[in-house]
Amino acid sequence: MRELLVISGKGGTGKTTITAALAASGPAKVIADCDVDAADLHLIARPHQTVTTPFYSGQRAVFDKSQCIDCGLCQEKCRFNAIADGIRHRPELCEGCGLCAFICPAGAIRMEERLCGEWYCSDSRFGPMVHAALGIGEENSGKLVTTVRTESNKMAQEHGVEVILTDGPPGIGCPVIASLTNTDLALLVTEPTRSALHDLKRIAGLTRHFRVPAAVALNKADIHSGLADEVRAWCHTENIPLLAEFGWSDDCTKAQLLGQSLVEYRPDAWLPVFEDLWQKLLALP
Amino acid sequence: MHIAIASGKGGTGKTTLSVNLAARLNRTGLRVTLADCDVEEPNSHIFLSPEWIREEEAHAPVPRINQERCVGESCRICVRECRFKALAWMGEVMDFPELCHGCGLCMEACPAGAITEGSRVMGVLSHGTTGSADNPLHLVSGKLRIGEAMSPPLIRALLEEMQSPPYADGIVLRDCPPGTSCPVITSLEGADYTVLVTEPTPFGMHDLRLAVETLRLLGQPFGVVINRDGMSVGMEHTALNDWLRDEDISVLARFPYSQAAASACAAGSLLIDALPETTGIYDALWQAIQGNMPRQQAGGAGNA
Repeated sequence: MRELLVISGKGGTGKTTITAALAASGPAKVIADCDVDAADLHLIARPHQTVTTPFYSGQRAVFDKSQCIDCGLCQEKCRFNAIADGIRHRPELCEGCGLCAFICPAGAIRMEERLCGEWYCSDSRFGPMVHAALGIGEENSGKLVTTVRTESNKMAQEHGVEVILTDGPPGIGCPVIASLTNTDLALLVTEPTRSALHDLKRIAGLTRHFRVPAAVALNKADIHSGLADEVRAWCHTENIPLLAEFGWSDDCTKAQLLGQSLVEYRPDAWLPVFEDLWQKLLALP
Repeated sequence: MHIAIASGKGGTGKTTLSVNLAARLNRTGLRVTLADCDVEEPNSHIFLSPEWIREEEAHAPVPRINQERCVGESCRICVRECRFKALAWMGEVMDFPELCHGCGLCMEACPAGAITEGSRVMGVLSHGTTGSADNPLHLVSGKLRIGEAMSPPLIRALLEEMQSPPYADGIVLRDCPPGTSCPVITSLEGADYTVLVTEPTPFGMHDLRLAVETLRLLGQPFGVVINRDGMSVGMEHTALNDWLRDEDISVLARFPYSQAAASACAAGSLLIDALPETTGIYDALWQAIQGNMPRQQAGGAGNA
């Protein structure tokens, strides 16, 4: 089994566009979307025959106002500003720590299981797909990512498939760490901009921290030749293989508007490019 | 007055808008601070090239356990009560600070006073200035430590800084992280108004809907900026405009798609310098923000 994760640090560099094109080419695979916070891959994969499972994680405080003696202790002690004036609970800020329920002298607060989102097992024209939607403003994105990864591994075993292709979240925090730990390879999608190069260095630092091998794909390579050279030189210095470069193309937007991957939108132009990238990805140790 | 700049999707132009609006407002004489709340991947400093004045570590509270005071196996209330598995019983109470949310429950629960508050490093906060000496543009950037999973405590520390001089009385623009989960909620907390930046693509629109749901959940006022307007030219992508109209959401400004703007941003330049004709759009955007804000916040704040 090989798990390949597409991440970028910076948002908007083309993670999902490249994941979708990889999904439409290469070997048989399971597709996973670990960007549970703002998932977009399903807009291209258009999965069907979906089995939906609710995702419960952590707890939240529930207030019984009839028992409340308005002492204000919970508001004073809560470190997350989750209790506003008038002892009004703000669930979007509640981390579910249980402090308020523990200290309430009137027993007016209890903790209950928290529905944080849902995850889906689906079929798609690219293969079986596991994806998820974190509830708006919810916590525990890392645990939902871990659930998506566990289920995609199960699915790969059931289908006798060797490869899992995962669209990752932006940033370097909790959902990225949950996506990255113990994965086989991280493909870092970048672009020749000051911001993307800055963020590439941080995400590469994270892959090193978790000892995950990394490779780079340079997207929109022709939008700034000087910075493209900087990216190439940096990859060389850091000994991170630069596996592919793509020029800026309005095919990306056009394909997206049609709900297609690049490979489906214009196979003559894009299929060879992504088959070549798959060859290189699978050839890495 | 705090204005948050957010989006669902990454890469729609939050930072571009934040740095240019901050610089423009500063140059018109207003007192402005840009708080870079995208602590996982902060980029505002690339465009503002500030002179860094000071840098301090930001900490989050974690328990410090005094094993000699601990009651021992018969108690274990701290282990039982911790929802984050940051404390475990392994012959004695062991702590796993990287799992700790800093809620303080263990300290409240311990009957023996054996747990006191320690701290761990979340990242750094950097304070810098740029622009003229008599009315500098302030930039405060949070930078999450590589390997640290939790960004909200660092964002909270950054916003805490905004409560004191020299930041407290001016306009604070918050450059927010992408998404809709806890780092975004933390960055939006208490903002007087939020600008949601989107682009006219299916991904941009899908994630804008999530961002709009987030703001509605919080009950905070917001408007939308359409960036790269016209990038889907030749195709009927009117869905975004139709949806915004149907939902009665204010469009505060539109920035036309431009290759020249993309190049300037790639190089880390301010658009108002590289393409001075964009200045008018930022001025109009500021008018629109003030016009759309609930009355009590709109007046006065930020005058130097």
